[in-house]
Amino acid sequence: MGGNISSAGPSRTVTREYRPRPDFFRMACFLASVLTIVLLTFIFGEILVKAWPAMSKFGLGFISGIQWSPNRGVFGVLPVLIGTATSSFLALLLALPLGLAIAIFLSEDFFQQPVRQVIRFVVELLAAIPSVVYGLWGIFVVIPLVQKYGAVVAAKFGFIPFLAGPAYGNSLLTASLVLALMVLPTITAISRSSLVAVPYTLREGSYALGATRWETILSVIIPTAAPGIVASSILGFGRAMGETMAVAMLIGNSQRLSWSLLSPSNTLSALLANQFAEADGIQVSALMYAAAILVLLTLGVNIAGEAVLRHTQKATAGLR
Amino acid sequence: MTNTAAIYPENFFSKAGKKTSIYRLFRNRFLTGLCIALSLLTLVPLFSIVVLVIQNGFPLLSANLFTQLPPAPGMDGGGFGNAILGTFMMVGISLVFSLPLGILAAVFVNEYATVTWLASAVRFVAKLLTGIPSIICGVFAFAAVVMTTHKFSALAGGIALAILILPTILLTAEQALLGVPNAFREASFGVGATPFQTIWRIVLPEAMPAIMTGVMLAVARAAGETAPVLFTALFSQNWIHSIMEPTASLSALIYNFSTLPYAHQVQMAWSASLILVALVTISNILAQMFFSPKHQ
Repeated sequence: MGGNISSAGPSRTVTREYRPRPDFFRMACFLASVLTIVLLTFIFGEILVKAWPAMSKFGLGFISGIQWSPNRGVFGVLPVLIGTATSSFLALLLALPLGLAIAIFLSEDFFQQPVRQVIRFVVELLAAIPSVVYGLWGIFVVIPLVQKYGAVVAAKFGFIPFLAGPAYGNSLLTASLVLALMVLPTITAISRSSLVAVPYTLREGSYALGATRWETILSVIIPTAAPGIVASSILGFGRAMGETMAVAMLIGNSQRLSWSLLSPSNTLSALLANQFAEADGIQVSALMYAAAILVLLTLGVNIAGEAVLRHTQKATAGLR
Repeated sequence: MTNTAAIYPENFFSKAGKKTSIYRLFRNRFLTGLCIALSLLTLVPLFSIVVLVIQNGFPLLSANLFTQLPPAPGMDGGGFGNAILGTFMMVGISLVFSLPLGILAAVFVNEYATVTWLASAVRFVAKLLTGIPSIICGVFAFAAVVMTTHKFSALAGGIALAILILPTILLTAEQALLGVPNAFREASFGVGATPFQTIWRIVLPEAMPAIMTGVMLAVARAAGETAPVLFTALFSQNWIHSIMEPTASLSALIYNFSTLPYAHQVQMAWSASLILVALVTISNILAQMFFSPKHQ
C-alpha cells in the first residue's frame, strides 16, 4: 500500500510494487544469537568429550579418591573438593559480616552522601583489582602474617584439629582471607540493593512505634531484605569457588587431606591452573574431569543464587 | 484518663521506658559504631594493596620496562615490553571475536525478537556464561584450540578471553539498547525507514556511549585476567612474531615472577602489577566517561 502513494515527490509516480528485500542484518543478528547458544553447548561438550577417557576409567571413584599422583596414574579429587568447599565457606564466613556492615552503612544515613560515595567507590575498586595482584599482595603481606600469628595460635590451641600445627604461610586460612576480600564487592553490592529496596513506609512504621534505628534495622529491614542477603551469600560463595589465581598463589597446592586450617590445601580451580600447562595423556583428561565438576558446582550455586534473587525481587515488588 | 490509670498499674509506660531506655540507647550507639568500624576496616587492606603496589612498583619504572625483554632468571635489568604488547594483542583478539557476536546478539534480543524463546534462551546463556569461572574459559580454549593446533598461542589466549567477556558485552549492550526511548524507533518507522535503517542509523548511534561503557569494562576485565591465558598463551621470553606462538602477558608475568627466588624478578612483578592496575583503572575510568546519563 505504501508503494503507491504518489504524492511522495513533486512529480514522481511510484508504480513499482513494494517488495521487502531480505533483511541480511536481521539474519546476521539471528546467527549471532544462535552462535552464542551453540558456543555454550560447545564449551560443555568439548570439556565432557575431553574428560570422557578419565570418566570411563575412574568413574565415581575419581570423586571419592584421596590420591592425586600423575606419575602413578592415580587420580582422586576428594581432598581438592574439600579444600574448595572449606576455603569458599571460610571466605564467606569472613566476608558476610563485613559486607553486610558496609551494605547497612551505605543504605543508612550515618554520614552525608559524599562520604558514602567514597566507601562505595572503594569497594568497587576492590572488585577492579586483578586476581594476580591480590595473589602477589597475599604472598608478601598475608602469608607472613599467617605464619607469625598462626604459629602462636597453633602452639596454644593446637589440640583443636582445625588449628593444629605446624603453621604454614601457604595455607587454607591465607587463601580464605584473601578470598574474603575478593568476594566482598559481590556481597556488598547485592545486599545493598536489597536493603535499599525495602519500602520506606516499613521504616516509618517502625520508627512510629518507637523503635530505635537499630531495632528497626535488625527487626524490620534485615528480615525484609533477608532473601536478597541470602542470594548475595550464595553468589559470593559461587565466586569464591571459581576464583583461581590468588588461591593458586597462596593455598600451597597440596593434595594431602588435613583437618588444620593452617596447613596447605588445594582447590579445583587452583589445581587446574597449576597442572594444565605441563599435563599430558590421561592427566589432561583427569583435569578436564575436574573442570567438568567445577563447572557443575559453580553453575548449580549460581543458578540457586539467581533463583533466590529473582524470588526476592518479586516479593519486594509486591510490598511497594 | 482516670480509666487508664485504673486499668494499667502505676508508671506502666514510664517504667518500661526508663528501664530499657539507657540500654536501648547504648545498644543503638554501639551498633552504629560497630557498623562504621567494620566498614572502615575494609579500607585497610585496599590501602595496603594500593600503597604496596605503588611503593614496590615505582622504583623500577623506566622506559626500559616498556622496550626490553624479560631478563634470564637471576639477571638484572631488562623489561617486559613483550608482555605489555602480548596483553594488548590478546585483548584485541578477544574483542575481534566477542564484539560483533555480543552486539549483534544483543540487537537480535532487543530489537528483532523481544519475546520469542530464542531471545530468552540467549539471555539465559549469557547469564550462565557470567557465572562460569574464568579458568573454565581457559580449559575450553585449551581443549578446542591448543589440543587441535598442538601449540600454545596468542590466538588460544584471545579466544579464552573472548568467551570471558562475551556475556559482559552482550548484557551491557542489551541494557544500552533498552535505554533508547521507543519514541525514536516509532519516529523512524513513521518516516518510512526499514528495521535495518532504524537500528543502524537511529538506535545503535543513540546506544553507542552505553555500549562503549560495557566494552571498556570488558577490556578492563580481560586485561586483568590471568587464569584464561595461563595455559593457553603460556609465556614467552621473546617478542611476538605471529599469533600462533606462545605469548607473554602482564598477568602471566606477575604470576611466574612472583614465586621466583630472585629479588629483581619479584620487583619486576610489582612493577608489572603497577602497570596492570593502571591499565585496568584507566579502562574503568574511560567506561565511566562514555556513560553519560542523557535520558532521564
